[in-house]
Amino acid sequence: MTNPILENIQFDTEGFMTDKSQWTKDIAVAIAEQEGIETLTETHWNVIDYCRLTGEQTGKSPTLRTITDSAGVTTKELFALFPKGPAKKVAKISGLGKPEGCV
Amino acid sequence: MKTLLILGAGTGGTMVANKMASILNPSDWKIIIIDKDETHFYQPGLLFIPFGIYSPQDIVKPKNTLLPSSVDVIFSDIELIEPDKNKVSLTSGKTINYDYLVVATGCGIHPEDTPGLSDNWHKNIFDFYTIEGATKLHNFLETWQGGRFVLNVAEMPIKCPVAPLEFIMLADWYFSKRGIREKVELVYATPLTGAFTKPICSIMLADVLKTKNITIVPEFNIMEVDNAKQVIRSYDEIEVPYDVLVSIPLNKGADVIKKSGMGDSLNFIPINKHTLQTDKWSNIFVIGDAGNAPTSKAGSVVHFMLDILVENMLSHMKGQELQASFDGHANCYIETGYNKAVLIDFNYDVEPLPGSFPLPVVGPFTLLGETTVNHWGKLAFKWIYWNILLKGKEIPTVHTKMSMSGKKQISA
Repeated sequence: MTNPILENIQFDTEGFMTDKSQWTKDIAVAIAEQEGIETLTETHWNVIDYCRLTGEQTGKSPTLRTITDSAGVTTKELFALFPKGPAKKVAKISGLGKPEGCV
Repeated sequence: MKTLLILGAGTGGTMVANKMASILNPSDWKIIIIDKDETHFYQPGLLFIPFGIYSPQDIVKPKNTLLPSSVDVIFSDIELIEPDKNKVSLTSGKTINYDYLVVATGCGIHPEDTPGLSDNWHKNIFDFYTIEGATKLHNFLETWQGGRFVLNVAEMPIKCPVAPLEFIMLADWYFSKRGIREKVELVYATPLTGAFTKPICSIMLADVLKTKNITIVPEFNIMEVDNAKQVIRSYDEIEVPYDVLVSIPLNKGADVIKKSGMGDSLNFIPINKHTLQTDKWSNIFVIGDAGNAPTSKAGSVVHFMLDILVENMLSHMKGQELQASFDGHANCYIETGYNKAVLIDFNYDVEPLPGSFPLPVVGPFTLLGETTVNHWGKLAFKWIYWNILLKGKEIPTVHTKMSMSGKKQISA
């Protein structure tokens, strides 16, 4: 069941938010739940904050490599935090577009 | 006298040299091109070598013969690029000052980046992105008696993102031809969520793989190769066992890009994806795999970039604004085996769609459909590559900007 907080939020066909200005921390929590992440810990938030900042500065979602190079987590830790595709998953939760590495 | 310096005489560098030599006045401009190797490889041909369709001599020509005589060709490694000083030094100690620089240093594979991947390199772990890897794999496959044949892409982006798919489908055809298909399990482990990066095409290709009894392991992000256990292991501890592993290792831009402080974390140079000018230096342009434009790293893309790059560089030389805009156009034949192929045509904004190409209805090529005509198109491309593409000429009816003509609008 969709969390009511997400009802008025627009997503593209791959599940990325289309209007970034709608993003709030509560929305991030709801998207994370949909993605199978029950609780967002402080370490999760560190990564999300880094991605949001990169998104604001560059207009793009950071790639997996940029995250592990700059956000203070190893690749292994990142996969534990955001299982399967961490770069995509954290981009979704952070209200950003699909990372451009996936071409 | 001014100098246009081109780094790299592969697909992109050769095209730029040929095109610029036909435009710039030789009494005002000197064109210099530098490359470390004297041999040009027709890289799309590497795919066919493991299966004995091409042999190495079918895909090589001396670089000298592909470049105009008015261009100075230097074969040397590059020591350092100093973009703030408009200067490039070679390992020989020679220094070249330039007015404009085109970087076409491409990208290459890095097995050493994945723990364990290099340990049995070219023994039971192979690549097909180098002539050496493709040839050794061919020799190995000729006598192989079957088992688990696993193809793995380490990380995106890679050169020619459709090549892994073509490879695994040709493997299906090859093992059938050898009469051992029922003894071979074909597995494709990819970091992508499906067969390809774009949704509609991914669904279509997943169906094709299914009919060929090829298993996809999606979202597989390789952490290491466990040579003792003969498994590849992902960051989330999923293991895929193999008897033979064919790897597309991490792709990175040239080391000299890193050394010169010009690249991102994968040594790709940040560029404006529409103008192809570097973000930091207005007299430096990048063509092909060396840049970070979010489109396929492929020869067709380089061809479509060429006119845009040349137009913008000429505008910059005249002190005018850069008006030509690259749309990310890519056009790729995907070999599916049994003398058939699929064709896809797309750009930054439009994913591959079904239809006909280059002309509506009459084609002759079919977009997102498997046909024999597409396969002949793929084989004919080799001639087009040597005789039209590298010379910087246009292919009739195929335009730099992607066209919606002949495409059917559908959604995934």
